[in-house]
Amino acid sequence: MTVPGNNLDRWYDSYADRTAGLAASEVRALFAVASRPEVVSLAGGMPFVSALPKELITGAFERVMRDHGPTALQYGSGQGLPSLREHILDVMALEGIRAGVDDLVVTTGSQHALELVTKLFINPGDVVLAEAPSYVTAITVFKSFQAEVAHVEMDDLGLIPESLRQAIARLKSESKTIKFLYTVPTFSNPAGVTLSWERRLEVLEIARANNILVLEDNPYGLLYFGERPPHAMRSVEEDGVIYLGTFSKTLAPGFRVGWALAPHAIREKLILANEAAVLSPSSFTQHVVAEYLGSTDWQAQIATFRDVYRERRDAMLTALDDYLPDLSWAVPAGGFYVWATLPPNIDSRSMLPRAVKELVAYTPGTAFYADGSGRNTLRLAFCYPTPEYIREGIRRLSTVINGELELLTTFDQTGPLPVARVAASISNPPANLG
Amino acid sequence: MVAARQARVLVLAGGISHERDVSLRSGRRVADSLIQQGLSVEIRDPDASLLGYLRSERPDVVWPALHGASGEDGSLRGLLDFIGIPYVGSRAGAARLAWDKPTAKVVVGRAGVLTPTSIALPRDTFRELGAHSILEQISEEFSGPLVVKPAQGGSAQGVSIVEDRALLARAMVDAYTYCDVALVEQKIVGTEIAVGVIDSGGGPVALPAVEIEPRLGIYSFEARYNAGETRFFVPARLDAAVADRSARAALAAHEALGLRHLSRVDLIIDRMGAPWFLEANVLPGLTETSLLPQALEAAGHDLGWVYAALAQAAISESQLGQ
Repeated sequence: MTVPGNNLDRWYDSYADRTAGLAASEVRALFAVASRPEVVSLAGGMPFVSALPKELITGAFERVMRDHGPTALQYGSGQGLPSLREHILDVMALEGIRAGVDDLVVTTGSQHALELVTKLFINPGDVVLAEAPSYVTAITVFKSFQAEVAHVEMDDLGLIPESLRQAIARLKSESKTIKFLYTVPTFSNPAGVTLSWERRLEVLEIARANNILVLEDNPYGLLYFGERPPHAMRSVEEDGVIYLGTFSKTLAPGFRVGWALAPHAIREKLILANEAAVLSPSSFTQHVVAEYLGSTDWQAQIATFRDVYRERRDAMLTALDDYLPDLSWAVPAGGFYVWATLPPNIDSRSMLPRAVKELVAYTPGTAFYADGSGRNTLRLAFCYPTPEYIREGIRRLSTVINGELELLTTFDQTGPLPVARVAASISNPPANLG
Repeated sequence: MVAARQARVLVLAGGISHERDVSLRSGRRVADSLIQQGLSVEIRDPDASLLGYLRSERPDVVWPALHGASGEDGSLRGLLDFIGIPYVGSRAGAARLAWDKPTAKVVVGRAGVLTPTSIALPRDTFRELGAHSILEQISEEFSGPLVVKPAQGGSAQGVSIVEDRALLARAMVDAYTYCDVALVEQKIVGTEIAVGVIDSGGGPVALPAVEIEPRLGIYSFEARYNAGETRFFVPARLDAAVADRSARAALAAHEALGLRHLSRVDLIIDRMGAPWFLEANVLPGLTETSLLPQALEAAGHDLGWVYAALAQAAISESQLGQ
């Protein structure tokens, strides 16, 4: 008699193909250690919400319950609360965007907007163009809809237009269907760089000429440390851009309130897709955010966040100069991240267990590529730890890197080391990785 | 005497080892099972407040579900001995022996159980003697595929199967990212099994062997913790004589290492039906996809009942001064 055995999941053969990346992994497990207080985590992109005075939020909560209790606790509109959408227009105006209140769809964080847009446009095998490197959880979404992610090179001024042209030409010659260009043009996650104004115009022109939609994701635009960054791409292009915004970085991610600003036909489909997914985004948190925006000097609060993050950025850059002068990195003029390049023989992903042992965590660069590139890069988030912790974290990281270099030097005499055995991309990254 | 039904049990899970995530899963499963048995259970992530808590609250028994360092290397168990709080599982000294794979292989080998030819190499040895000459020597001494793993640790983290010698250096580097000593072992081709050993007071008993058949051929971290990625056969598809030899090998390893209450012994059965000892785990995984719970259920045991019985055994032995 044949014994069938047990694979502990009787539905294993029933899952959809798009779930292939939804799996526990060795690297994901390592990030569990980063939540311990002993570990200086430079991995997650968690906003420093403690800089937000609690009374501002508790006051908004109380007023919502007092003045709007029954509606705040009820289902709402699939498009989002009208009063909140009015406030969002004010927020977007700071980045040069003029729009109407009906052009907006409120979503459960901009991450959900990203998913809805992908759901609307992507058939299996369609191509999404994305910066190299690109936001890790966007890649996860694109892959979950079985898109092919084609990376486009960037430099210190952001996406390189000529590389974009070449990528489009190559993909077209392969008869691939390019659906949209996903970009975080301002203080990008993870690279920290900003697309120049001239390049914004050029990228829009290339997209227009090739009939490619632009998905502009802008979580960090108001978190600048010096000069204001260029206006959003959506400020000069209405029909060809879907713009994603969020309160996760300028208020708090716990509210899960973001939005999409889209051309009208797309917007109508987004509303229907939003309703199909969640019926309506949370009425309660939308009311609280609207109340907060209507009753506080929210721009002053964003200025406070800017001061906090500027100090931390500076602490990280100083520590890098002091402890790891041989690394190279771009200086971010805003946002949350420093993108560092290690000596070419170091694989930041296979080095991660050593870092965790030394009680420091970072995000390996491969997480930000769909194709396994970026092995000798890593992302360092300066948003959450205090400046003192950041310095200590970089000191520990220098010990880790020096130990790794010593080990690799020992083995290099046997010939070039093959790439690490670990898989190329990080599947299903933890929620707080950001 | 504290009866098990009234016992206050502290389950420890988490920690800062590389296996924190697995430990949290094991700990929650153990706690849930004990609660279903009517015990009073608290679950804690060990941190700087733990020892103060233990001294002031004095739980009747600690149920460590900590994988990796501190949980399995004997250090936490030693501290519990100092404080005088009973705990489930092996004593500190025995845990230390089992935790270090090269040491465990020597001890179990001396007890007459086969174990694959191996060499333990600290990373400093490569620096001192030169990587090229050492790797060349390894290639001369061993034939066929090798297994390279950290000398300490679990969940297959840092483990490589090396079939192409050109990949040996990379495998060494990957092992050293987890531990400063790597174990290079001859890979035995055969059936991979795990044998759980349980002793709640009546002497160690071997559970039915669990046969492991990973979908992609290697029992990696991903194959261990993603349901569906490995097919298990409990009892293993072994003839009675081989199953008996495997059980005896597991018991011999458990006893040679001086383990207590529970362990999981990993073996490979070669083509001739001989069991080869790979390693022993003093705190085997207790998650939904782990091997020991499958073996317990296959033997007709209720998990909660067994976990509670082990807690009671720890309390009783402590009261008897054992």
